Amino acid sequence: MMGWLPVALLAVPLLGALLLLVVPNVSRRALPAYGLVFSGVTFALGALMVATFDYGTAARIQFELDLPWIPGLGLRFHLGVDGVSLPLVALTALLTFLCFVYLGWGGGQAPDQLGFRPRALVFTLLVLEVGMIGTFLALDLLLFFVFFEIVLIPMYFLIGIWGGEGRRAASLKFILYTLLGSVVMLLGLLLVWAQTGTLDIVALSASHGAGMSRSVQILAFVAIGAGLAVKTPMWPLYTWLPDAHTEAPTVGSVLLAGVLLKMGTYGFARIAIPVLPEGAQAAAPWLGAFAVVGIVYGALACLAQRDLKRLIAYSSVGHMGFVLLGFATLTPVGVNGALFANVAHGLITGLLFFLAGAIKVRYGKADMPSMGGAMLATRPRLGALLTFAAIASLGLPGLAGFWGEMLALYGAFQPAAGLPRGLFLTYMVIGGLGAVLTAAYFVIMLSRVTHGHPATVAAGGALDERPVGDGGVPDERAVVPLDPPRSVAVLRPPRTRGEPAVDVDGHELLAWTPLVLLILLFGLWPGLLLSLTTPPVQTLLGALS
Amino acid sequence: MTTFPLLAVLLPFVAAAAGLLLSRVPHRAPATVHPPDAPTGERANRRAAWIATVPTAASAVLAVLLAWGPGFAYFTGGDPTAHATGRTYGSIVTGGVPISLDLQADSLSSVLGVLVTVVALAVQVYSAGYLADDPRYPSYSAFVSLFTSAMLLVVYSGDLLVLYVGWEIMGICSYLLIGHWWEDRGNSRAAVKAFLVTRLGDVGFLFGIFVLGTAAGSFRIADVLARVPEMSAATLVTATMLLLAGVAGKSAQVPLHTWLPDAMAGPTPISALIHAATMVAAGIFVVARLFPAFAAAPPTLDVLAVMAALGMLGAALAALAQDDLKRVLAYSTVSQLAYMAGGLAAGSDRAAVFHLLTHGAFKALLFLCAGVVIHHVGSNLMSRMGGLRRELPITFVTMTIGFAALTGIPPSSGFFSKDGVLAAMESALSAGRLTDAAALLLYGCALATVAVTGAYAARAWLRTFFGRPRAVALAEPEPGTAHVVDVREGPRTMLVPVVVLAVPALLLGFAGEPHLDLGVAATAVVLTLLGAGAVYASWRLDPDADPARLLGPLRVPCERAFYVDTVYSALVVRPARALARLVVTADDKVVDGAVRGSGASARGLAGVLRLAQNGNVQLYVTGVLAGVLLIAVGAVVFT
Repeated sequence: MMGWLPVALLAVPLLGALLLLVVPNVSRRALPAYGLVFSGVTFALGALMVATFDYGTAARIQFELDLPWIPGLGLRFHLGVDGVSLPLVALTALLTFLCFVYLGWGGGQAPDQLGFRPRALVFTLLVLEVGMIGTFLALDLLLFFVFFEIVLIPMYFLIGIWGGEGRRAASLKFILYTLLGSVVMLLGLLLVWAQTGTLDIVALSASHGAGMSRSVQILAFVAIGAGLAVKTPMWPLYTWLPDAHTEAPTVGSVLLAGVLLKMGTYGFARIAIPVLPEGAQAAAPWLGAFAVVGIVYGALACLAQRDLKRLIAYSSVGHMGFVLLGFATLTPVGVNGALFANVAHGLITGLLFFLAGAIKVRYGKADMPSMGGAMLATRPRLGALLTFAAIASLGLPGLAGFWGEMLALYGAFQPAAGLPRGLFLTYMVIGGLGAVLTAAYFVIMLSRVTHGHPATVAAGGALDERPVGDGGVPDERAVVPLDPPRSVAVLRPPRTRGEPAVDVDGHELLAWTPLVLLILLFGLWPGLLLSLTTPPVQTLLGALS
Repeated sequence: MTTFPLLAVLLPFVAAAAGLLLSRVPHRAPATVHPPDAPTGERANRRAAWIATVPTAASAVLAVLLAWGPGFAYFTGGDPTAHATGRTYGSIVTGGVPISLDLQADSLSSVLGVLVTVVALAVQVYSAGYLADDPRYPSYSAFVSLFTSAMLLVVYSGDLLVLYVGWEIMGICSYLLIGHWWEDRGNSRAAVKAFLVTRLGDVGFLFGIFVLGTAAGSFRIADVLARVPEMSAATLVTATMLLLAGVAGKSAQVPLHTWLPDAMAGPTPISALIHAATMVAAGIFVVARLFPAFAAAPPTLDVLAVMAALGMLGAALAALAQDDLKRVLAYSTVSQLAYMAGGLAAGSDRAAVFHLLTHGAFKALLFLCAGVVIHHVGSNLMSRMGGLRRELPITFVTMTIGFAALTGIPPSSGFFSKDGVLAAMESALSAGRLTDAAALLLYGCALATVAVTGAYAARAWLRTFFGRPRAVALAEPEPGTAHVVDVREGPRTMLVPVVVLAVPALLLGFAGEPHLDLGVAATAVVLTLLGAGAVYASWRLDPDADPARLLGPLRVPCERAFYVDTVYSALVVRPARALARLVVTADDKVVDGAVRGSGASARGLAGVLRLAQNGNVQLYVTGVLAGVLLIAVGAVVFT
């Protein structure tokens, strides 16, 4: 029964990382190809898994592997995928591969590619991939926790070594904050173990919380949920996120937003809600409240940001709010929407961070006012891609971002029986207004960055914020100029190696095109993903719906 | 035949994708073949024009074929769903109510489909000339194709959520096209405003779909309409009120109309497309599509009537005071759409849709003519025009037809359709479906608007084509205006669509068995002539002065459209900005402050504990002894 496939998915990147340790003198020139091969093979295995998955029984765990791990404690090495985890495994393999394409294609010598300590970077990313894929494959509570924690270390180094100016503080904040969350989660997992005597996620979700009293379930849900909420991140536990994203290197931001945040939400779908249904029911109104506060709060914070990477980071808080709102409804529709929004956010925000990284390389900074606008004139393709990604992120129907958020709102329109409907209707309305605010900050960002007269950029980065209503008409502009740049914006020559400033590089186009295509595919045919997640979601919610 | 709706939607969509992807291909070709840039750009534009026009033409043919069977059956009564052709392309599971992918054309959809494709085709052909030397023409024409495709999806969709998809894609297309000349920040802002105002309404629209879909257990329009009689009054009123928010946004009705006049920042053909066939028509279309649900919710109709009454008169007065020719036409669109909304509120969806059709024809005509005028003069402002009837004879004749239809002078199409709407409003006075006050307000405002419409149309006509030509220095055109050409009339690609559109603008009224209410018709014509006559008299006295001075002290408020923008700025925009700043401050000081504070306090606590760990053995031993003593005392006391 192809049980080797999940192991291979973990073994290949692990092997790649270990070989780097064994053979320390890999030629610098061979490193890009090395990373591409190992992540490429992993991606091919992921694609094989997608191809051979039995879609007729998406609710069943497939490619299952169940071996004793630490028999004395009853820990098992239990791996497998179903319709909930399959898209995330594939997304992880894809994004990691694309990161290696971005880093290594064409020799890896362009800025923002494998430049500084390349061997360590390849090693870190491969270890990171092991942890991320393992989290989505694990079907044992402690195994899940182990993989969940493994991810933190390479990400810490990724931010701390290859990050921007404030990397030290950001990486420290990241690891302390998330470790603290993990400790609370571990306590919750141990509580479940103590009460039921098993760590097997499949068995636990099949029994739908039998053997645990209501109060234990609530306690365990709050503990596990708090740990997952830090990773998601849920308002108000997100403050590690903007700093980490702003300082992380491009690939770090992409994987952080594209995969790491998904680990938190995946935990809700895989563990917290199915294993502890009564706890989920009791905590759902609170979860929903934090979710909608996050949506509106994230959007408002974005409205006043000047840094592009920080803006995208805060937009993640808002988008994850929609995911959490979907979970909080405890209905198949809402959870489906949450899982869809999860994958869509991984694709769209991954693309956005790729673009933000490319912009940072070209302009020397991600500060929007000092870019001077007119990107559609100076770099039309980059500007067009940014427009596309922003439109996808604001939830336009026909692109992937819409369906998940729409279904999350629809779930809130009719929450599960036993949840206060009036409260959830309020959440729905607030979430809807949050969607308008989301659209507002994205189009205003586009207006600032991509629109404007290119002539003023040539004049030393001065801003095209000349007063327009100079005919005595009061200023009713939707887009207000931010404060002028504090220092004189000297547009640093983007290329250090004396090449001309190009619009979009080959390796960038290669890394981004698959994301663009998938955003279109899932947007135009949402049934692809929804038919995959619906059966397992109905099984997982068994006791609730 | 059953696949025609799908094909009609897909063809422009494919054209859009092809236009966006292929437009850059020649730039990659070896530069040795075409050394200079300019011919390559011209070639790319010409190819983009073909890519855009041919699929739209094919869609138009399909739409006409679809409409051929039912013809004007929609207006002659009978069951509108009787002639539905189309099919289902499966459904999408959601875990709850599924989304079914139905595309069908019944008698209402097929009539609208013809309007959309014909106007879109005219706009595509016209744009090929209007933007011939615009380097971004390929992406522009691709977005127009996408716009057409989205509107056709709205028209042919058999499922509310699929309809919503097209509805929203139109919003983003309008954003991209209004901001086509994004070098100017003003255009960029207009695009942002159009997108956000309509998006605000769309949230309500989506919730309305939720309410209807949940109550009916299906998002299919046919199922929803079939279950309307079983739904409670509260459900219906909630659903229709929420839908009305989206309709007000898209169809530019009070209070969400403010984006439309600003949308004039886009190229003129886009104004024609948005104002005549797509976008604004979508709102009226959706109410007509779901009319049984609206008819069963009288409070919603009352609200719609009041909105329409205020909107039609206010917008007409605003149109009378504008100096920008396109803004006159924009406010006129708001006013005419309010007529249709009023017709719907009065209970006659057929009259409203008929007016939508004729308005589509004559408003597209008016905008395209205005484009020729602006192209010629190099300015949007009527104070720089005058005496153009000698220089632009063809445009003069066609635009005169357009204005005649707008004011409702027989035998133009507008005369018949407006008569139908007015007759419906008059009968609503006694029918009792609306409350008396709303019905009276609606009819009164409609009659007043007829007179004001005559006045502003006469003013625009006189100031553009008559009087002394005003010599203006032809400066380098600003972005936002078309390039000035030195030929006498516009290029043929621009004139052909204008002339073709003049035919339905003049004659469409005779289609679909016109039935006249003579009393109402006579009143309307007299009122129109009164309004126009007043302007004419004022203009005769002093042809150089603006007849808008008739408004007296009302002129400034009218010019500023009654300060609605100012109110919104004070009530929505500025508070949102202030809130955003507050959030950023709070984020730093409170939420993250707590985190940093806990870090700092942990470090402080560690500092206190470190005092104990000073390596002094005597202190440690003292501590141990003290502990033993405490335990001993405790043991003694508690046992």
